[in-house]
Amino acid sequence: MEKVGVYDELDNLKATELRLGLPGTEETVSCGKSNKRALPNDTEKEIESTGKTETETASPPKAQIVGWPPVRSYRKNNIQTKKNESEGQGNYVKVSMDGAPYLRKIDLTMYKQYPELMKSLENMFKFSVGEYFEREGYKGSDFVPTYEDKDGDWMLVGDVPWEMFVSSCKRLRIMKGSEVKGLGCGV
Amino acid sequence: MNYFPDEVIEHVFDFVTSHKDRNAISLVCKSWYKIERYSRQKVFIGNCYAINPERLLRRFPCLKSLTLKGKPHFADFNLVPHEWGGFVLPWIEALARSRVGLEELRLKRMVVTDESLELLSRSFVNFKSLVLVSCEGFTTDGLASIAANCRHLRDLDLQENEIDDHRGQWLSCFPDTCTTLVTLNFACLEGETNLVALERLVARSPNLKSLKLNRAVPLDALARLMVCAPQIVDLGVGSYENDPDSESYMKLKAAVKKCTSLRSLSGFLEAAPHCLSAFHPICHNLTSLNLSYAAEIHGSHLIKLIQHCKKLQRLWILDSIGDKGLEVVASTCKELQELRVFPSDLLGGGNTAVTEEGLVAISAGCPKLHSILYFCQQMTNAALVTVAKNCPNFIRFRLCILEPNKPDHVTSQPLDEGFGAIVKACKSLRRLSLSGLLTDQVFLYIGMYANQLEMLSIAFAGDTDKGMLYVLNGCKKMKKLEIRDSPFGDTALLADVSKYETMRSLWMSSCEVTLSGCKKLAQKAPWLNVEIINENDNNRMEENGHEGRQKVDKLYLYRTVVGTRMDAPPFVWIL
Repeated sequence: MEKVGVYDELDNLKATELRLGLPGTEETVSCGKSNKRALPNDTEKEIESTGKTETETASPPKAQIVGWPPVRSYRKNNIQTKKNESEGQGNYVKVSMDGAPYLRKIDLTMYKQYPELMKSLENMFKFSVGEYFEREGYKGSDFVPTYEDKDGDWMLVGDVPWEMFVSSCKRLRIMKGSEVKGLGCGV
Repeated sequence: MNYFPDEVIEHVFDFVTSHKDRNAISLVCKSWYKIERYSRQKVFIGNCYAINPERLLRRFPCLKSLTLKGKPHFADFNLVPHEWGGFVLPWIEALARSRVGLEELRLKRMVVTDESLELLSRSFVNFKSLVLVSCEGFTTDGLASIAANCRHLRDLDLQENEIDDHRGQWLSCFPDTCTTLVTLNFACLEGETNLVALERLVARSPNLKSLKLNRAVPLDALARLMVCAPQIVDLGVGSYENDPDSESYMKLKAAVKKCTSLRSLSGFLEAAPHCLSAFHPICHNLTSLNLSYAAEIHGSHLIKLIQHCKKLQRLWILDSIGDKGLEVVASTCKELQELRVFPSDLLGGGNTAVTEEGLVAISAGCPKLHSILYFCQQMTNAALVTVAKNCPNFIRFRLCILEPNKPDHVTSQPLDEGFGAIVKACKSLRRLSLSGLLTDQVFLYIGMYANQLEMLSIAFAGDTDKGMLYVLNGCKKMKKLEIRDSPFGDTALLADVSKYETMRSLWMSSCEVTLSGCKKLAQKAPWLNVEIINENDNNRMEENGHEGRQKVDKLYLYRTVVGTRMDAPPFVWIL
């Protein structure tokens, strides 16, 4: 399909180019405005350049235009989360640890089983989690990994099969010390 | 008519329900104005700042139903800062003070607080119906007040609102004596739902016709609810667990078969595609289907479902249906009136999605089509010309080509001719949204042919002020004009100031209008509120010596009979 340099108007681009900035400023705002007419330009670049593929010259920042495409934020939020989860683009959950000043985020799809996850958490927060027992929970440490599931309940990490855990985990919390009693881990 | 006593005239007016017609009646003569205002029960206010509650109540003391709209349309796309305005509390306070017998309140794009919901619930004994669309600012605590205090509640309809879910027990706040519910829509709530309270509520609501559930209602609960409410007409399915155990699924299938009144299906917020077949038995009755949130349901499952829906009038779907899927729609849904195809990939990845072929297929197969919203990757003039020929009855035509400024992908020409064909053929066109590469020419066509056009949305289009002038001069019925990222400036803005008195509002963002242009406008038209929204450059505009020539980031102007509003935040400058 011929898309090659049809625009005579390309010469006039600068004159009609819109910028978000106030007049007198030269910076191009990152909202993608500077790429407003860049798309036809791409086809020119393609001819001139030496063997660059189309994907390399295609400009990506379309997503940065504020309010575009015109889809309600409510809908955008719904679709975005679903996409991330279903396409395996990562299932990021927040991780908090009692006493730590700020939270972290991890991608659950990066792990295949519980031991990998535990190791990663231990490294991240510099603690150790003890040993998991089916009946008694975690023994041998002040710290217990818990998670909030889809129903809003706080559960002990490790009780359910891994896949079920990954699909139902909304956030993680590493509990510490006295709070931990209720989960029945005889510390 | 003037030979009849007032009561007779009033009785005649009772048959006139549309607010536009009522407005027209009130202009005929003084006596009709008087009769009309005392008998008017439903009032529609398209811009909550065009009037104030006191004047509203003075004119319509018998008000029972009020519809209010707040923020401008582009607020939906994050172009309007949160604190801009649109607060409903002053309205509810004024209505409460006046002791008017309010029964119905419908709000769109307004800021609603728990305080206002609480006040609403306590102030109007006969309050029956609350519909909130795209509102924000409240929590489930506010819903609890409504549930607890509105004894005759009929409708609680929450559409796409941002609600802070406190995971409280708002559903259990409906007293056991509440049996009047007809509509219950809480699909937009994010948190968990008290399933027991919900089931009890549904079981004691024999008039329940519309039930839309949120994500937290799983498949087995859905089956139980449908058993309690086989009379349901409009169902929003919450969630299907990914692997329903076969017993739940069997129960669901059985329950669905009994819902012979079901006409409208939506939701599927989390859905396993193979569960859709449970609904096949009732598909032949469906007139409305909204699968636009069901991102997990793809191609073949969608098509299988749609093939059963021969009576469909309204379809909202994701572009993952593809052109092929749209061809199936075109050959199956001969009664289709409204179609919306939403983008499933917002970053424009380009692999899925629909093209001009899908649109042409629909236009050829669905002769009753009058409203369309179509997000697509590409378009051609030829396709639009064909669509115009096939469907001259469009009332609403909204086309969004995902990439701004994209030309006809075959000829590389602007899409002026295509849109021109649409406005020329569709003589009843009331709403139009443009996209793709467009020059001033398309606006010439719009000004010439779009005689009934009331709302026009323009983005990344046009070359000079002439474009905007064609529209302002030509479209006599224009009510709402919203423009972003287009090269229209002061000349167009100031050409005919009196035009804005005939319009509800004008929005211009990232255009070429300057501060001095806006100031001139405000001077010439004191009956307009001219608002400049400048989140970042608040002080710069005033201090800078060249302030006049500075371009205005966002301009929103609207006619009003009550002057400057007092609740504007600091970043909104009302000239």
